[in-house]
Amino acid sequence: MMEQLKIKTYCHIKNHQIFVDGRMVFEVPEAGSLKEFLKLTFKHFKPGYAKFYKMDEISKLGFMAAEILLQDKPYSKRQPEDTGVVLSNAHSTLVTDNQFQESIRDDQNFYPSPSVFVYTLPNIMIGEICIRHGFRGEQAFFIFENFSANFMADYINQLFLSHKIKTCIGGWVDQTQESYEAFLYLADGSEEEGQQYKPHTGNEIERLYNLIK
Amino acid sequence: MVYFIADNIVSPLGFSTTENFDSLLRANTGIRIISDGNLYPEPFPASMIETDILEKAFTGIPAEASFTRLEKMLILSIKDTLSKTDIDIRSERTGIVLSTTKGNIDLLDPEKSPEIERDRIHLWKLGRLITDYFGNPNEPVILSNACISGVLAINLAAGLIQQGKYDHVIVTGGDIVSRFVVSGFMSFMSLSPAACKPFDKDRDGLSLGEAASTIILSKHKTEQTNLIFKGGASANDANHISGPSRTGEGSFIAIKKALAEAGIGATSIDHISAHGTATVYNDEMESIAIDRLGMNKVPVSSFKGNFGHTLGAAGLVETAILLTEMKCNLMIKTTGFNELGVSRDINVVSETTNKALNTCLKMASGFGGSNAALIIQKA
Repeated sequence: MMEQLKIKTYCHIKNHQIFVDGRMVFEVPEAGSLKEFLKLTFKHFKPGYAKFYKMDEISKLGFMAAEILLQDKPYSKRQPEDTGVVLSNAHSTLVTDNQFQESIRDDQNFYPSPSVFVYTLPNIMIGEICIRHGFRGEQAFFIFENFSANFMADYINQLFLSHKIKTCIGGWVDQTQESYEAFLYLADGSEEEGQQYKPHTGNEIERLYNLIK
Repeated sequence: MVYFIADNIVSPLGFSTTENFDSLLRANTGIRIISDGNLYPEPFPASMIETDILEKAFTGIPAEASFTRLEKMLILSIKDTLSKTDIDIRSERTGIVLSTTKGNIDLLDPEKSPEIERDRIHLWKLGRLITDYFGNPNEPVILSNACISGVLAINLAAGLIQQGKYDHVIVTGGDIVSRFVVSGFMSFMSLSPAACKPFDKDRDGLSLGEAASTIILSKHKTEQTNLIFKGGASANDANHISGPSRTGEGSFIAIKKALAEAGIGATSIDHISAHGTATVYNDEMESIAIDRLGMNKVPVSSFKGNFGHTLGAAGLVETAILLTEMKCNLMIKTTGFNELGVSRDINVVSETTNKALNTCLKMASGFGGSNAALIIQKA
C-alpha cells in the first residue's frame, strides 16, 4: 500500500467554545470579546509562554489552537524539518491592518509601531507556532473566500509524497471585527497498531471542518 | 516535466522582461527619492512606477470597470505574458496563482479611490477580479506568505502541474508602495536612506519597490524554452518573527530539500539569485546558508539595488530575470555592491559576466522566519 497521511487529531475554536476531536474541552458562557476569551483560554490551558501576550489576536487564536491540538500528542515530536504548517483564511490580518491603519491616518497623529506592523502578515501566525514547537518544515499561508478542504488536502499530500514533510498542521484561522473561527488538524504518515485513522482527503477534512456548526 | 514558458515584469524599469533585463544590463535603478506626503510625511527612497506611464500603458486595455493601481499592474503583466504564448487562459486546464503580501491595502483609507468597491481589500476578491477579467473558470489560489510568496507560488504552481490538476499555471504577483507599507518599514528602521547596497560592507537597509510580475509554467515544452522546474522547498527558522536566523537554518534546510528534490549536489549550482535585501541581518544570514552548503565559489547576485524590495512580486521579478540570465548565459552584476560586507567568503557578482548557466538557484526569506528555494535547470 502506498504511504499516505492520516488525520490524527483536530481542534475547533468558535463561539467561545473549544473542541478537540469533536468533544468540547472548554467554554466561556459569557458573551465577551475575543480578546477576553483568549485570555481565559490561556489561563485555562496554561501554556506558560510569555510571548503570547505580545501577539495580535489572530496569532493568539492560531497559537492556542495549535497548543491545544498538540497537547500530549507524540506526532509533535517529529524531527523539526519534517513538520510543516499550512494555514489559510479569508480575511488575512484585516483586524490588525485596521489597527495599524489607525496609527498612520493623519500626519499630526502619526504613531506607526513595528510591533503592530509585523503582525499585518498572515504567516506570522505560522512563525509563532513554529517558534513555540520548533517546527522547521514547509510552510504556506493561503487566502480563499471559504475554507478549501480539497486544496488543503492536495497541497499537503503533494508535500508528503515529494518527501518534504512527514507530518503537517493544516487548517483555517480567520478573524473579522464581528467573528472568528479556528479549525486545525494534524496529519501524519505513521501507522499505529489497532488504530483506525481516517485518510487525509478533501472529503474527510471537509466533514471534520463542518462537524461543529 | 514542468517548463517555464513565458514571463513578464512591470516595474519602473520597463513593462516587459526584455525591457527590464536591458535596463539591468545598464545597471539602472528604479530607486529615487519620493516626496509624496500621501505616502509618508518625509521624503524617502523607493522604486515606484510613474502614475502617468502606468495610465498610458493601460489606455487601450478594454475595461468596463475601474481598477486600482495594483490591479492595472497585474492585468498589464498577465496580458504581456499571455501574448508570448498560445495557452488559453479561459480553459479549465489553466490555473491562476496570485502572490501578494498586502494587495489593495491602500483601500483601507476611505478617501482613497472612492469609486472602487471596498471589498477589493480582500485578497480573495482581488484574485477573483483577475480571474473574472480574463474569463478564467477556476478558483484562484492566493499565497500571502510575506517576502517568500513569489518563490513559494512558483513551487506551488509546479506541484499543481505535477499532480495533473492543471496543464498550465499562470503565476502572477504584485505589491505597491503604499503609506501602510512605507510607514511599517520606517517604524522598523529597516529602510536605507539611499538606494540599497546588497552584500556590501556599507549596506544600511532595504529600499522598497513596486512591481507586478507573471511567470507561466506548463507541462508542454515550447520552441522558445528549455528551462524546467527541478526542485523547490520552504522552511521556517523557528527562531524569530521579524529577524532572520543567525545560523541561516531555515534557508539552509529549504535549499537542501530543493537540491534533494532536484537530485543534485550543491556544487552543481552555476549561479544563485539571492534574496539580498541589503539589511545587515538578511545578507549575513544568506552568506551563512551559502557557506554551510559549500557554495562559496558560486556567483551570487541580488537585484534589489535595481527594483528595490517588491515584496509579493520579488520572487517572481527576480526569477524572471534569472530565467533570462540562463537563456543568455549571462550573469548581471549586483547594483549597489562594491566590497563584500558579510562574514562568510561568498562570490558576489560585481561585473556582468558571461557564463554557461545550466542549473541555478533562487533564494528567498521573509518575516515570520520564512525561507524558500527554487532550482531551475536547462532540459
